[in-house]
Amino acid sequence: MAIFSVYVVNKAGGLIYQYDNYVPRAEAEKTFSYPLDLVLKIHDEKVVVSFGQRDGIRVGHALLSINGVDVNGKFTADGKEIIEYLKDSTNYPVSIRFGRARLSSNEKLMLASMFHSLFAIGSQLSPEVGSSGIEMLETDMFKLHCFQTLTGIKFIVLADARQSGIDALLRKIYKIYSDFALKNPFYSLEMPIRCELFDQNLKGALEIADKAGNFGPVS
Amino acid sequence: MSRQSNRTTDSKKMNSELFTLTYGALVTQLCKDYENDEEVNKQLDKMGYNIGVRLIEDFLARSSVGRCQDFRETADVIAKVAFKMYLGITPSVTNWSPAGDEFSLILESNPLVDFVELPDNHSSLVYSNLLCGVLRGALEMVQMAVDVKFAQDTLRGDNVTEIRMKFIKRIEENLPAGDE
Repeated sequence: MAIFSVYVVNKAGGLIYQYDNYVPRAEAEKTFSYPLDLVLKIHDEKVVVSFGQRDGIRVGHALLSINGVDVNGKFTADGKEIIEYLKDSTNYPVSIRFGRARLSSNEKLMLASMFHSLFAIGSQLSPEVGSSGIEMLETDMFKLHCFQTLTGIKFIVLADARQSGIDALLRKIYKIYSDFALKNPFYSLEMPIRCELFDQNLKGALEIADKAGNFGPVS
Repeated sequence: MSRQSNRTTDSKKMNSELFTLTYGALVTQLCKDYENDEEVNKQLDKMGYNIGVRLIEDFLARSSVGRCQDFRETADVIAKVAFKMYLGITPSVTNWSPAGDEFSLILESNPLVDFVELPDNHSSLVYSNLLCGVLRGALEMVQMAVDVKFAQDTLRGDNVTEIRMKFIKRIEENLPAGDE
């Protein structure tokens, strides 16, 4: 999975579409017996490991599921508080999955608006007049590519640093948006995109880009 | 005329007679519903506007035309690329005002009005007013406020169809970053 996520941001900076295409590789599921040798704490409404490291479980990893059932913040799926649950020796042995916590949808909304504001910094810092905004953001784990249309919509793709052909993919996503979102008369502009056909075609385009590595000329 | 969900090319041909009939049915139904030519013209303009705001993205996605530097470039792109892409005709750009903010598009033929004759009781109906709305809506999405109207219409007895476009102002709110 070399293409990690796709974000679409409207003119006002609101996130209107988000798709994640990756499974965090740093996940570990282990069976534990009483007492638990990891120290857990609550952070940001999630249960995270604050001390203790073993078998791929690191400090900062969040508790994702108990006995195969995904947890709901700091409560289990049936509403019991996790910390209390794990203090009770009768609940053991228990199988817990830890991993890097995924972003919640609120967090994604906030990050998208933040990126929208930062995007403008690119053109403001420019020594020359008429520069575009931020087109690429690079870290050691991924590259973020951004394409802003003349109408102000931004298409953002997070991909592996070595992935090529993302420019063509961004234009392909623009075409898919203009087809399956805009030509759907029941979709209102600037609102969250909830069109099945858009989802399907986007996933198809991402698969092709993944396989090809280099997407090639715009079709 | 159903569309498959995995359209790979944009060369799907549609029978233009069906298009003419569809548009005709739309206009006659509007006339029946509103019974007032001015009102029908307004509704056509509104519908055109809604089409225009969506069509512009399709146009930009497919034609990869960049931002136009001035109104003359805009006029050329509209006449030579956009009209060709969507209606298959290439109007000519003429009658520039001295200030360079108004021009006319002269259409030799208009695919919307094949086989159409305006009866006497609809003399103030602007049959193709949808096109004005489309142009207005599309340009508004690229931060240009324009006024579009028909100056001449073959349906009303003129020799050619003439669309007059006037640049009003640049829309400064919600400018995409990097365009100041």
